[in-house]
Parts: sequence; C-alpha cells; structure tokens
Amino acid sequence: MRKLLFESLIRPPLTERPPQASDAAVDELARALDGIARKRLGRSLSIRAVDAGSCNGCELEMHALNNAFYDIERFGFRFVASPRHADVLLVTGPVTKNMREALKRTWDATPNPKWVVALGGCAKDGGCFAGSYAVVGGVSDVVPVDLHIPGCPPPPIEILKGLIALLEGASGTAGASLD
Amino acid sequence: MPALADLIEAGRPIEQLAPWRRAVVAPKTWNLAVEQLAAGRWSLLGLWGEPDKVHMALLDETQDVSVISLDCRGGRYSSVGQQHPPALRLERAAADLFGLAPQGLPDTRRWLDHGQWGVSHPLAARPAKPAAESSYRFLTAEGESLHQIPVGPVHAGIIEPGHFRFTASGETVVRLEERLGYVHKGIEGLMAGAPLDRAAGLAGRTSGDSTVAYSLAFARAVEAALGVAVPPRAIWLRALMAELERLANHLGDIGAICNDAAFALMHAHCGVLRERVLRAADAAFGHRLMRDRVVPGGVAGDLGEAGASAIRSLVAEIRQRFPHLVELYDNTASLQDRTVATGRLKVELARQYAAGGYVGRASGRDFDARRNLAYAPYDQLAFDVPVLQEGDVNARVWIRVREVEESLSLVEQILGRLPGGPIHTDVAAAENTADGPREGMALVEGFRGDILVWLRLGEGGLIERCHLRDPSWFQWPLLEAAIEGNIVADFPLCNKSFNCSYSGHDL
Repeated sequence: MRKLLFESLIRPPLTERPPQASDAAVDELARALDGIARKRLGRSLSIRAVDAGSCNGCELEMHALNNAFYDIERFGFRFVASPRHADVLLVTGPVTKNMREALKRTWDATPNPKWVVALGGCAKDGGCFAGSYAVVGGVSDVVPVDLHIPGCPPPPIEILKGLIALLEGASGTAGASLD
Repeated sequence: MPALADLIEAGRPIEQLAPWRRAVVAPKTWNLAVEQLAAGRWSLLGLWGEPDKVHMALLDETQDVSVISLDCRGGRYSSVGQQHPPALRLERAAADLFGLAPQGLPDTRRWLDHGQWGVSHPLAARPAKPAAESSYRFLTAEGESLHQIPVGPVHAGIIEPGHFRFTASGETVVRLEERLGYVHKGIEGLMAGAPLDRAAGLAGRTSGDSTVAYSLAFARAVEAALGVAVPPRAIWLRALMAELERLANHLGDIGAICNDAAFALMHAHCGVLRERVLRAADAAFGHRLMRDRVVPGGVAGDLGEAGASAIRSLVAEIRQRFPHLVELYDNTASLQDRTVATGRLKVELARQYAAGGYVGRASGRDFDARRNLAYAPYDQLAFDVPVLQEGDVNARVWIRVREVEESLSLVEQILGRLPGGPIHTDVAAAENTADGPREGMALVEGFRGDILVWLRLGEGGLIERCHLRDPSWFQWPLLEAAIEGNIVADFPLCNKSFNCSYSGHDL
C-alpha cells in the first residue's frame, strides 16, 4: 500500500483541471461555480439522489462524478445520505407508480429552499416507458422540477453543466423554473 | 432418469422456437419436470406466463436447454414453487401480471403489484379491477429482544430503490426479507405489439449496467426466431462490447465493495480504471455505456482504427495498474478481515437456485453461458471460467478479479482476429413472419450472470410477447440466506458483493 500511496504523491493528478483554454467545459464549470456557489450557498450544495424508476444507467454516470477525473466535491457539490440534509433532489427515471409515494415523501422531507433536477430522458416525460400501466410519467408529474438534464444517460460532464445552470437560474427563489 | 429431450418428445412440439426446442406438455409431464428440479438434477432457467399459459426454461445435466409449456385454462396449474423454491417469486410475478393461479403456491402475497397500478393482471387477456390495497405482511421472526430495521425504498447511497426488512438480535441479522418491484416499469407490456427497433430500445434499458448484454440477448433471440445469419464482424464486435461492459462493471464493483469496507483507496483507483473503460468505449463505439450499439441484425456502428487503438491502450493501462490493486487487496489485512468469511453462500443453495455469474461461481457452480452454451464467437476464443468454493464476499471479489484478467485477454484476442466485412444485415422481420409467428430464445452471459430472452414475433414482424429474465431473480433470494448470522454493518458489503439488479428484476 505504501508504494501505491507514494506513487500517487508523485504522479500528476488525474482530475481535469481548470486553466486550459480549449476543451473548456470542466474549466468553465469550475470558474462559474466558484463565484456563484460561494455567493448563494456558502460554496456547498448538498445533493440527494432519488431513483424513481430508472434503469440504473443515470446512477452509473452520477457515480462517475465522484471519480478522480470529475471530482465533483471540489466544486462544493456533495451527495448526501438523507433528504433532510439536501438542497437538491437529483431524480432519475420515469416515475413508476410504485415509487410515486416514496418520491413525494422524499420531497416533503427535504427542507426549504430546495430544488429538483430531473436527470435523463425518462425523467423528463417518461421516455420510452411513457404510456405504461406502471408508469406515472416524468418527474414533474409528481413534484415541481426546476431543471431538466437530457441524455440517455447524460454523461457526467453534462450533469455538471446542468447543476451549474441550476445555480445560475436559482436567483434566490426556490422553485424557479428554467425550462 | 429422464433426459430433457424425452420430455420434449412426449409433448406437442412447437416447431418455431429456435435454436432450442419447446413443447406443450401434459400436466403429468410438467410435474415430472418439476420433480427433476426439486431433486436437483435440472436447473430452472426461467418461468414466465402468458394468458392461460405458463412456460418453463430448463437446463439438464447434459447442458441441453428446452422450454416446456402448460396450457392452464383459467390460469390454474400446480405450483412449481411448492416443490422448487427458486420458482416462487417468478410465479408470484406471473400471477400479478397474467392472473395465473398456481395451486399450492406457498406464498400468495403480491410481488410486483403494490396496488398502485389502477389495474390488476395488466397483461391478462382481460385485466381486472385493482385489488383492494392491503399492507404487505412481512414474514415474522420470533424470539426475545428481536427488533426490526426497515430500509428503503429510497436508500442512503446512489442506488436503485428496494425495501429491506431486517430482523436483528443486537447486531446480528436473524432474518432479512426483501421487498422489490418499486421500479417495475411494465417493460413486457410495452414490448407487446412493438416494432423491433422500439423493442430493442426497451431491452437495452432493462438494466442500465447490462445494456450491451440485454441488447445482445434480445438481438440473438430475434435472429434465432427469424433464422437470420449475422455477419461475422458484427458477432465479434458484439463480443468486444460485451467484454468492455464486463470490465467496466467488475472494475467499478471491486472498488465499490472495498469502499463499503471503508477502504476508499481501492475505490478511487478502481474508479479511475472504470472511467478509462467508459472513455475507450465512447471513443470506439460513440457511447460510454455502448447503449443501442447492438441491434437485431448486427451492430449500429463499425470500429475504426482510432477506436481500436483506444481499446489497445486501455488494455495496456489496466494490465499495468490492475495487478498492483490486486496486490493491495490481497495484502491489506484490515480489508480481508471484513471480506473473508462474510456473507457466505452455501454451495448447495447456489446449485439449487442455479445462481449465475460470480454469485454462483464463487459458490462452486461451474456455469458460464459463454462456455457452456458456447455461442459465437466464444466457441473460437480461449478463456478460463474461474470457480471457487468458499462463497464469501472475498470469493466473489476474487472471481471478479480473475474475470477482469480473462476479459482483458478476450479483448486482445478479439482485436487480433477481428474479421472484416459488413456489420449489419436486414432481419426482414415482416417477410420472415409471413407464414406465421416465430419464436426465438437466447441466453447471454452478462457481467452479473446469464440473461434469458424469449420472444415470439407475429404478424408484420411485431413483438407478440417478449420475456426478459435477469440473473438477479435467482440471486436476490440467496442474499437473504447469505446475510443470515452476519452483523447489520456487513450488509452493504454483502449486498455490493452480490450487486443484484433492481430494474432488471422488477422489469
């Protein structure tokens, strides 16, 4: 283990860092977030992930945000274990009828101010599962949605971009719609 | 002792199923098959319903696969689960969806139907009014100072929803009962009447982490039904994608298991390797998870030189880094302390449930659809199927470690021998079903285990009925057994080492 830790010390970090001008996506995010996030939320935004019926694809990309390349926590975003600790609910999936109640209760348990981000094509309108006897539809059919991030699943970089858009749009009022 | 083939001879064969056989059998023959299952001679590969019909896919000792079907007017038939418990949840699900009424079923609680659909038996010929809502009766555990811990459906991590009801004595789990079905999306209902491209999209969204494996199983079932030969290059590219998917999942999960034992270092390093696989997949096939890249008739896009070299450098990097991580796992006593002898799954149970994937292979079940059923191109590739007997978390980690190594070798072999030529052929679904419906079935080894797809194509090449069976159906019940006697704090570790799919199971 010592060898591995030592190597990690001398190897350059994998995290894709701000200052390069081209391929600026991650860099822009870092700069944009730095200003806005600090102003509004003291540099932190707690996210509670809620799978309301997804195929698990969106969750995989959410996980990727935590890896060394994206390292979402450097922006002040943090995944938390309870809706009671959360500012943002990041909801995936078409909302299934069997999850409708659980999603509502999770939203109720989240303190104000709170935002809801619907992640992925299914969360928008049910996607390819719309119309099923077992599916309610998109997330906005159950709880108010502030932002939708498209993709099947959205790549991690798109999720990051979306979270910034949320911060820019949420000018002090919870529940403002960006769509 | 009968062979599966004898049973098929005794029944009324349905000619259209390819590549295996299906026969409609008499109740007596059906019961004979159930006896073989109960005696442990055959394995249950799947059980699914249709209005007034029930089907069973079986595997006998000679690795022969067949489907037997029973006509059951009014949905009544003798329950398989009363003699062979692995069928229990499958029968409960078929009862919920089709209104089948297995006689003597030991557990008649609804499984996928939580009383929220506004309809009962949605896939039956005549769906019924919704049943009155009733609370779910969890199984009891009695004894002094036992307490219950309800968990879910919304979990603390970034994972799928499901409910776990623990009964514990102090720290020790006395009983775990799972309640699933929260992510039931009605995929089989949406499939019915769908054209092939829409159905293929749904199949690829059954379980997000296995999108390649599901798309492959669906495509192979369609091609078997229609008698279509896929171009060789497409077959090899599919295997390449399947192995990349296996690598990504195994690497991610090895790290995640260690993370559940609070060993974050391993998680960080494995997460880097997983990301490298996804980026190589994106470079090679245009999508990080390779979604919708396997389609009936072939693959959606060809592999260019840039893609191939991205995969080559990926393999080189994993070969360089992964052995250090394996050594780290092997030499960290505090980590081994958590994984060794934890969550032990008995060999007998793995065998009885025909547990697929690393869950089965870590508990002595020597089955891998790539080898046992030798579908192309695996019949031309050299690889080992690791098997261990211990059945603990540690054994499941080691099976995955070995499978990473095998997959690396397979990727290299495939890249080295990739044939040229076209990558897609028209399956001509409408023309090929002009003479009547056609059935096909496929078993594909996903990273989690064998995925079964059975389907019937009808008029105009539309899907009449499609059933997708996730390996998790036979793994979830075993998690309940494996956790017994372990401490509550070890549950995440055990759960992650199984890593069953919720969405694939709930459909």
